[in-house]
Formats: sequence, C-alpha cells, structure tokens
Amino acid sequence: MANTANSRGGFGAWLLDPKRRGALLVTPALVILFVMNIFPLMWSFGLSFFNYKASSLKVPKFRGLSNYERVLTDDKVWERFQTTAIIVGSSVIVQLIIGFLLALMFAKAFPMRRIVLMLVLTPMMLSFVSVGVFFKLFYEPTFGIVSYVLNFFTEDHFVMLGSPAGAIAGIVIADAWMWSPFVMLLVLAGLVSVPKYLYEAAEIDRASAWRRFWTITFPYIRSLLLLAVLFRTIETFKLFDIVYIITEGGPGSSTETIAVFLYRNAFQFFKTSQSSALAYIVLFIVIVLTNLYLYAVNRRAEEVS
Amino acid sequence: MARKYREIGKAGWGYTAITSVVGFIYFFPVFWIILTAFKTRTDALAVPPKLFFTPTLENFQSVFFRASITTGTSQATDMGLYFFNSIFIAFTSVGLALIVGTLAAYAFSRYPLKGNDTYLFIILTTRMMPPIVVIIPIFLMFRLSGLAGSYWGIILLYTAFNIPFSVWLVKSFFDELNPEIEDAARMDGATERRVFFNFCIPQILAGLSATFVFGLILTWNEFLFALLLTGVETRTVPVAMARTLGGEVGVDYGLLAAIVTLFLIPIFFVTFLLQNQLLRGVTFGTVKK
Repeated sequence: MANTANSRGGFGAWLLDPKRRGALLVTPALVILFVMNIFPLMWSFGLSFFNYKASSLKVPKFRGLSNYERVLTDDKVWERFQTTAIIVGSSVIVQLIIGFLLALMFAKAFPMRRIVLMLVLTPMMLSFVSVGVFFKLFYEPTFGIVSYVLNFFTEDHFVMLGSPAGAIAGIVIADAWMWSPFVMLLVLAGLVSVPKYLYEAAEIDRASAWRRFWTITFPYIRSLLLLAVLFRTIETFKLFDIVYIITEGGPGSSTETIAVFLYRNAFQFFKTSQSSALAYIVLFIVIVLTNLYLYAVNRRAEEVS
Repeated sequence: MARKYREIGKAGWGYTAITSVVGFIYFFPVFWIILTAFKTRTDALAVPPKLFFTPTLENFQSVFFRASITTGTSQATDMGLYFFNSIFIAFTSVGLALIVGTLAAYAFSRYPLKGNDTYLFIILTTRMMPPIVVIIPIFLMFRLSGLAGSYWGIILLYTAFNIPFSVWLVKSFFDELNPEIEDAARMDGATERRVFFNFCIPQILAGLSATFVFGLILTWNEFLFALLLTGVETRTVPVAMARTLGGEVGVDYGLLAAIVTLFLIPIFFVTFLLQNQLLRGVTFGTVKK
C-alpha cells in the first residue's frame, strides 16, 4: 500500500529495481501456473476430504481421510493399477525396442533423409481420437485389415479385441506405434552426440562391433534411454483417449486403466471426492517418477559437459 | 552389417531405398487413413479391404458442406470454424507459453531466485501430472467463473499446459550460452534489454522453434480438456472429430478420414520445416552443438 501512495514512477522504479529482475520475469509464468494448475490442485486436495458430488446440490460434509481409506482398500483400484502397469510396461518396452531400431537406421546421413524421416514422425502428429477410431477399425473382425491379413494364417475368425490379452495387445500396438518415433528422436540425439574420434580409436584397436557398441555407443545413449523410459512411462500412465475409444475398458474391465477408471468415477458416477482422493494417489506416484526423471536429466547434463 | 549404422557416415541411394521401405511400412496406417478419405462409404467398409478403388472427393466436400436429407440442398457445416479454432487456440497458447516461458527461463538461468530448483521442480510437476487430477476443479472453476466455452479460458489453460515444457527447454538453451559474451556486451555499455534481445535471443532461435514445434504437436491434438471446456463457438477439431462418431448409421470412416487428413496438413508442414530443430527439442537441450 505504501508504494501506491508514491508517484507512479516511484512504484515503477521500485518494481524495476535490478534486485527484483529475476522475480519480475518469473511472475507471469508463475501466476498463470498458479491459477490454472496449482490452485485447482489445492481445490481438489480439499475436495478429497469431503463427500462432495458434482451432481448434487447438498452441502458437502467433512469426511477426513475416509475417502483415501476407501480408495486404498478397494480391490478394484488395485486391479486398475495392475492393468495400468501391464499396459504401461509393455508399451514402453515396445517403444524402446522399435524406437531404438529406427534410430540406428536414421543415424546415418543419406539422400532424402528429411523426407523419409517424416514418414516415421507422422504418427506422433495424429490425434488420439483418430488413432483410436482407425485402429479399432483395423482390428474389426469383418472389415478390419489386421483381421483380414491374420485370417490367411488362422482357421478361426480372428477377433482381436475379444479376449483380455488381445485387447491389451491392441492398445499397446496403437500406443507404441504412435510414440516410438519420440523414443527414436531421443536415441538419435544420443547417437549423434558420440564423438567420432572414439570410433576411429576403436578402429585402430580392432575392437569388435559388439564391444564397440557396449563401450562407446551405449554409455552415450544410456542416460537418454533412461530419460526416454521415464518420460514415456509418465506419459503412458496418463493414457486415456486411446483406451476409451478402442476398448472402453473392456472386455469386462480387463483394459480399464487408472485414467479411464478415474474419468468414469468422476464424470459418469459423479463420485467427485473419492476420485479426487484417488487422483492424489496418482499424483504422488507421478511426483516420485518425476524425481527419477530429473535425476536422469541431471545425469545426462553432467555426462555431456 | 552391424558396424555400418553405428558410425554416423554417409550412405547412398540404395540405403534410401531400404529406409523408405521400412518408413513406408511404419507409415502404412496413416497411408490407409488417407486412402479412406478418398473412398466412398461402401469402399471404406468393403470386405476384403480395398487397396484399389475409384477415388472420390465427396468426403472432403462433406467436411464443409453436408447435404440435408429432407430438402436435398447442401448446407455449410461449422467445420471451417473448428479448423480456425484449433489453429487459433493452438498457435496463440503455444506462442504465449513461449513468450512467458522464455522470460521465466531467462530469469531462472541468469538471476537465480532463492529456492530456484524448488520452483523449477514444482513447474515440472505440473506438466507431469495426469490431467485427470486437476480436471474436476478446473471444470468447476470454469463453470463458476464463466470461462467455460470462451476462447480465453481454453487458451489460458493450454498456455499453462505448455509453460513447464517451455521453461525447462528454453532454460537449457540459455544455460548453454557463453555468459562471457553477455558480460563483454555489458562492458561496452549495452543495457540489460539489449543484452537479452540482441545477444541472447538470436543465439537460441533454433531452440525456440524446437520448443514451439513440440508444444504445437502436444497441443494440436489435445482432447480431454477441449471436450469438457469448449463450447459450440470454440470447439476444436479433435472434439468435432469425436462428435462425428455418434451417428445412428455408425461411424462415417470416409468423412472422419477426410477430417484427419486435412487436420494433419498444417502440423505436418510446420514439423517438416522445423525438423532439424525438433531433434534438439526432445533431449531437453542436452545435445551440445
């Protein structure tokens, strides 16, 4: 208040003091983040202690930790976490393998590389909705191209999404196809950063290709691979759209990931408070993963410098 | 065989041929979607699936004009507006996030605050958390404040969504610069503003464009927030796509494929133009020049 009493120039001068330059530059970003992310986050933290339902007008009652207790003792929740872990685990492994192979292929300079690379990068630019809908069509037993091709090899009519294992595979294929290019970009960056003289030295030492890979290439891409694993794990953890469109969580609840489960509870059954509590448990897991991620980034930064 | 690709060397047209085949196999689902866009309804659901057919532009036409069943006249759809919305919302919010993020990144890099790392960690966490964690309060907040269905609401939300990424990436680019050049400029009497605009920004332009492409790819296709928070006037294409699914006669794959194809064009071009920068972007700037 004292500052507003000064002339406008006085306040401006106070604000633009070099001591405050850092704080001033950071403020807009922090304000937007606070309003759009941190404040809602605190709000839902508050909600998680009440028995609030977004669909009813009743005044919510304070319930303490009972929402957390209910969520953590619910067998369904543990099942959903297991499903999520299976889908995340297998999808990330597939992405790593395919991304790695693609990166090896593109590490070389060749004519029209820019254009060929675009072929591989395109899946990343599609929307989840369209990938979901068209992969569902590809898997369709009568019209689908996957079933059509597979029917040459099997006697039975092939129904991809009919069994839990098939449905999980269907989701993993779609997700891994979309995001392997991302892993490829990361690994490619690692491969490109290996100093050439190391290979020349290995040439003189007549090191075998296998040995060269483990002693020269791998150390340079190791932390980038870790980075890829963590980043993709965190992202796949949020997987919602593809699952929702391809299988809607079925058959039964065999592909219902934690994100789909949360969405259902929050917006179909309007268990607002209970889903806030579960959301917080998810957030806790993400924070742990973020810490690991930062550790990977810092290690990478140290190795490079 | 194995040693060939591990060394980053040059290869000829033969290699291009091999990679093109692999690239095309990878691209095949996209290719099929694009093909479907040129198919009639019968061809799109033919058994067995058709690779050769007489192409039609009907689907592209019905993206923007739909024949009314009762009168037989053609009626304009709102898809043009949705394309405008998607482009406007994505470019504005990614641009805003880049400006705000660059300012913050510069501060984090050059004028560290007390608890600098804590701020950076909190910022990153907001990017990593599943949107589902905040979607309930954001939904309530938008409903109460009247931001629901407005451009500003969704733009601010997407800006917030992109800030963490921008701050982290751009900070890593600033960190890579040699501060001696800036000090030298200061010695010559350059103001802080000049140091920032004439010395720092030009050096990280490549990094800024990488950040832009990355933000754009992630924002372009966002669905969940758009579904809950945009209204009739501000609806984006991914939401409109999802709405074409609920027809009584089943999914019109040709129409959907046409929308997907058209929607791919802008982002494809931006990515193609800034492809080299994208490589730096994904690594959080850890690749040295």
